[in-house]
Amino acid sequence: MSTRDTLAPAPGQEPAPPPPTPDQAPLRAARLTWRQALRRDWQLYSLAVLPLLFFLVFRYAPMIGNIIAFRRFQPGGSVFGERWVGLRYFKMFLTDASFWHVFGNTVTLGALTLLVCFPMPVVLALLLNELTSTKAKKFVQSVSYLPHFLSIVIVAGIIVQQTSIDGTVNQIVRALGGAPISFMQAPEWFRTVYVTSEVWQTIGWGTILYLAALTTIDHDLYEAARIDGANRWRQTWHVTLPGIRPTMMTLLILNTGAFMAVGFEKILLIYNPLTYPTADVISTYLFRVGLVSNNFSYAAAIGLFESIIGLTLVYSANAISRRTTGASLW
Amino acid sequence: MVTLDTDPIVGASPRPRGPRPTRGFRVFQVVNTVILTGVVIVTLYPFVNVVARSLSDEAEIIAGRVNLLPRGLNFETYKFVFRDELFWTNYRNTVVYTVVATLISIVLTTCYAYVLSKSSLKGHKALVGLAIFTMFFSGGIIPNYVLVTSLGLKNTIWAVVLPNAISVFNLLVMKSFFENIPQELEEAAAIDGLGTYGTLLRIVLPLSKAVVATMLLLYSVTFWNAWFGAFIYMDRAELFPVTVYLRNLISSATSTTGVGASYEQATQVAANIQSVTMVLTVLPILLVYPFVQRYFVSGIMLGAVKG
Repeated sequence: MSTRDTLAPAPGQEPAPPPPTPDQAPLRAARLTWRQALRRDWQLYSLAVLPLLFFLVFRYAPMIGNIIAFRRFQPGGSVFGERWVGLRYFKMFLTDASFWHVFGNTVTLGALTLLVCFPMPVVLALLLNELTSTKAKKFVQSVSYLPHFLSIVIVAGIIVQQTSIDGTVNQIVRALGGAPISFMQAPEWFRTVYVTSEVWQTIGWGTILYLAALTTIDHDLYEAARIDGANRWRQTWHVTLPGIRPTMMTLLILNTGAFMAVGFEKILLIYNPLTYPTADVISTYLFRVGLVSNNFSYAAAIGLFESIIGLTLVYSANAISRRTTGASLW
Repeated sequence: MVTLDTDPIVGASPRPRGPRPTRGFRVFQVVNTVILTGVVIVTLYPFVNVVARSLSDEAEIIAGRVNLLPRGLNFETYKFVFRDELFWTNYRNTVVYTVVATLISIVLTTCYAYVLSKSSLKGHKALVGLAIFTMFFSGGIIPNYVLVTSLGLKNTIWAVVLPNAISVFNLLVMKSFFENIPQELEEAAAIDGLGTYGTLLRIVLPLSKAVVATMLLLYSVTFWNAWFGAFIYMDRAELFPVTVYLRNLISSATSTTGVGASYEQATQVAANIQSVTMVLTVLPILLVYPFVQRYFVSGIMLGAVKG
């Protein structure tokens, strides 16, 4: 294409320079050597320099930095560690009972979050779709998006306040004749509190893509279903849900990828030693091991393990989805 | 060309109905209205409650009597927080970090998105893939910490600004916007003798005000809300953003907090100081929210449909 450099002719206007023949821009670009491409598009490449530097330094260097999981690292020493120790740190955490405990917590919390938080926006979107007044619909949507814009610290503050002894939840408990519960200190309540707050935070924002998908469903399909004798519920089941299935699959794949990373920042803000038995997950555990106790290599090994599981999960979810429903991310 | 002016919130016409609504459907509509009203109430309640607490008397809060309205109206806590120098220092830090980080992010994102929108560029696929891969795999906390520390960024603004300078999601939104700008405009600019820089600055960006505004909002809200980078990379209280100030209040909620005042004052305000800080931190977000949420929605739609 000719837009970037006055030296290059517009497609189709005259025969292309050095590598001759095809007048289609993409084909021609593919045949350029690097030297030619750089000469023609150097201004464009120059725009990419700083962003590339960002990606290499702050995204790819840390990936390589994971090498310290296989090397002995001393704070203040070399960034890439002192000497090779092989899989020592991996063996260490695989035989560490605390690791398997937090692993179990992660899986439980991740599964609960997925089971509860994934379907909720679908339900809300379907309910919103049934509203006759567009004004009311718009209002409910605007309100329900709000929690998405809050800092996780504010969300944590809200959770702590609402569940405190003097908070609203306990006011209701007392009004119903129960004894107040100190939720933040009770490991048996942690999962409920966590998942409930997660729903509060994500349900509204999660509807956006579904509502967009709902508007693309052909109204004739409803008409046809009605003529076939389908009532409203059956129309929803046979027309609406299949219509938003690709969106559901895409979001399911993305959620699966986040499975292992379950709300690290939120848990870090609201958990405490009393709730560790249910609240401590892999990411919070490695945070304490690494940055509080300074066992960098050990924590890096756990982190690497977690990232690889995450990547594997996305990849498999995507592969399964492509085979079964044809919807995939790439 | 994609514009961000269409209002995606309402969407197309509502779902068609049969000739006569059945009795069952009317019952459903009532139930639906009740449920959605419930959603609105539950979403908004915590905000009302925080404001009520921030204006209430300490004793009334502890007695568990504050819910919708303030009880024992009290402005002392606000006065107390307003007098706290550390709070203002941290609040100013948040403003500075947000402005600097947003500017850097916008420039970097715009440059890279523009490059990525040129699909005929040699190496285009590699440049896109390089960015997208980081959405699915990251180095993790520990290597990041080691990196930032060894670059000597600890206790500087750069520790919170640089590591998250480009959001790949925002990058893809912007890329798809640029891709929809008619090629002919840029070709005409090239014929008029404008180079790449000139085309970007004088032709492309003036046409992209909507997407640049969206990016400004997306980035500034993200940086305003951020806390973790500052939490791990900063050791000195005068460098904290207000989110870390608030985090420290929450984590010490049960213990007595001095916060630099006399003990008497401190115990007076300990319970609702947290609410006041929350109100003051969230206020800017709430004030811009009605105006910006449309842009956010447009952004996510553009990103999802095209990215």
